[in-house]
Amino acid sequence: MADDAPASRVDTVRALKDAATIALLAFGLFLPLVGFQTTTNVRNDLILTTRWPLLFAVVAVAGFGRLAYSLVVEPWLGQRTFRTPGPTPAWRLQVSKWFVPFAIGFVVAYPAIVVAASGFRGAVKWIDNFGIQILIYVMLGWGLNIVVGLAGLLDLGYVAFYAVGAYSYALLAKTFGFSFWILLPLAGTLASFWGILLGFPVLRLRGDYLAIVTLAFGEIIRIVLINWVDLTNGYAGITGIPRPTFFGIPFNADDDGFAAVFGLEFSPIYRTIFLYYLILALALLTAFVTIRLRRLPVGRAWEALREDEIACRSLGINTTNTKLTAFAMGAMFAGFAGSFFAARQGFISPDSFTFLESATILSIVVLGGMGSQIGVAIAAIVMIGGTEIMRELDFLKLIFGATFDPTQYRMLLFGLAMVLIMIWRPRGLIATRDPSVVLKERKVIGADLVKEGHG
Amino acid sequence: MTESRGDIMLRVEHLTMRFGGLVAVDDLSFTAREGDITALIGPNGAGKTTVFNCITGFYRPSEGRLALRHGDIAAWNWLEELTNSGKRSLVRAGHELHLLERMPDFLVTQHARVARTFQNIRLFPGMTVLENLLVAQHNRLMLASGYTLLGILGFPSFAAAERAAIEQARDWLDRVGLTARADDAAGDLPYGAQRRLEIARAMCTQPVLLCLDEPAAGLNPRESAELNELLLKIREQNKISILLIEHDMSVVMEISDHIVVLDYGVKIADGSPSSIRDNPKVIAAYLGVSDKDVAKVEAEVGL
Repeated sequence: MADDAPASRVDTVRALKDAATIALLAFGLFLPLVGFQTTTNVRNDLILTTRWPLLFAVVAVAGFGRLAYSLVVEPWLGQRTFRTPGPTPAWRLQVSKWFVPFAIGFVVAYPAIVVAASGFRGAVKWIDNFGIQILIYVMLGWGLNIVVGLAGLLDLGYVAFYAVGAYSYALLAKTFGFSFWILLPLAGTLASFWGILLGFPVLRLRGDYLAIVTLAFGEIIRIVLINWVDLTNGYAGITGIPRPTFFGIPFNADDDGFAAVFGLEFSPIYRTIFLYYLILALALLTAFVTIRLRRLPVGRAWEALREDEIACRSLGINTTNTKLTAFAMGAMFAGFAGSFFAARQGFISPDSFTFLESATILSIVVLGGMGSQIGVAIAAIVMIGGTEIMRELDFLKLIFGATFDPTQYRMLLFGLAMVLIMIWRPRGLIATRDPSVVLKERKVIGADLVKEGHG
Repeated sequence: MTESRGDIMLRVEHLTMRFGGLVAVDDLSFTAREGDITALIGPNGAGKTTVFNCITGFYRPSEGRLALRHGDIAAWNWLEELTNSGKRSLVRAGHELHLLERMPDFLVTQHARVARTFQNIRLFPGMTVLENLLVAQHNRLMLASGYTLLGILGFPSFAAAERAAIEQARDWLDRVGLTARADDAAGDLPYGAQRRLEIARAMCTQPVLLCLDEPAAGLNPRESAELNELLLKIREQNKISILLIEHDMSVVMEISDHIVVLDYGVKIADGSPSSIRDNPKVIAAYLGVSDKDVAKVEAEVGL
């Protein structure tokens, strides 16, 4: 203890010094920014006013904040790094074992839970805005996960394939009157065709260059959609897209509508619940196929490609075809999701397919942990559910005044969450890799060994 | 060292590789015989790895012909016909002939069945040891999975093929002594084990010619001795030929049947280990001589 005392006293002195420096720096920086303010008086002259209390508040926050950081947070961080990881506790193994069945059970039961909790009228919002909206992004995240997480190809234009799927459904359904069930696979096929088309020019590119070309591709598709007015109706978008039917039975108030056929009272919730289960089935199909593919040679080749492309070539793997299949697969699921999106909305326009969408999907994959299905699903729930829940926080208006709109801050929170997760878990929520094949004992591979891919 | 030498398997003729103005390999010709361990040695920058990259299709040579034979020796009779036809390979009952300079890298492994390792180890560090060996059997498994389609639907033929692939992988793990670490990440293995795994992975592609780029680099003497044993066993049990780049003379002199010496991209000697050991040009260029012998050797070489 006697030895510790001087050391900690020196630390306190250092912390005080640091805090004083930061406070001084803040004072210098904020004096012109906060301390002085120019306003106009009644004669319209420019006059200088001072805001000393506000300035000192800002300086005090900076100084005490730094003091608290050096005295409390820093020692805690220092301790944390020395803690060695022990064996995984038994409860955590139990949790991870039951998590997936429980999660699937929950999402299957979700509409029933919501209807029970908030009645028919209130449930539509919860199933549509939260359930369907989140599941679309879960599906898109899982689709992009094939390209980015497994094959290690950074794709910034993923939303282009989503757009191809949506417009394929909208145009073909409106023009030819094909049903949703015929157009769903067709939209997937068209999207994967465009995936291959994008794949060819970018095969030789890696890393940043690949990202830029895919970004450009996404923009090309969007701008074509805007400018090819004859086909796509430009900015105005396509309205009156046929809605999916329950195997031929439409969801309307007519005598041959879903409610009448099944002897129920008409309510829009039946369609919403049907759409919910539809996107749930599509998302689960994506997950199932991805899990299956990972254990097939093509999936292993994708991961090998992410790890080391040159070694792949030395083992007789055709890297061109392997990359193209990754692009095609990812694009196909985006096409499915796109045709579902068009069918659900009944209206699409190029505004739904901006770069921001690509960035959102990519950040879901990166935050979730590249290659991890559960991580991507959790990230989608947090990111999309989080922004949706901002709309529900009306009580904040009582605190910040009636003009306060929480949704305005969603991008701020989005960014903050991203920064925090990247500090806390630089490789995403679930960064470990599960081996695709096991000889004797399943061991999880640490994130430090798994490569991110170089292109 | 073997008594009866096999027939010619790989024919390198007038191989020239230029990078801009630099001639990395200049008019190199040599042959490698079936069942032989052929070593390619030379000082740093002599162009050894460039030769390897040409043979394995990573580089397209500026000039020259690289012909590989499978099966019957009669295949060589078709060499001119194949060269003039402009095709990559000629496959007839009982024998095949491949022109490696016409193939992209992955076809060299897939069709001509030439496997290689790298000077700086190139494993898939985030995948398990077993997965590394399964990736090497990609083409066979891809066929068995019906190019993914049958595999996704869970056809039993794929399951059987995968079991066979795992069996082959396990066999190689036993042979390189890594069975206990099959489910560990390849990046977690110690250096020597990674070298052995890379050789096992190359062997899982079922090659007829194995090209090893400095397999003993970074190994201690005991590990080098184990490597010698492993390579001799591979040659004996799998009936394949080995092409080897190596600086470690204890490996080269011990196991090779035939040595080709390169210096500045030019072949300066070609022969059995004992003849190479005594060749004054090689001694001067590569092995080095003690100070008092310099004058004598220079006189012999003609400097």
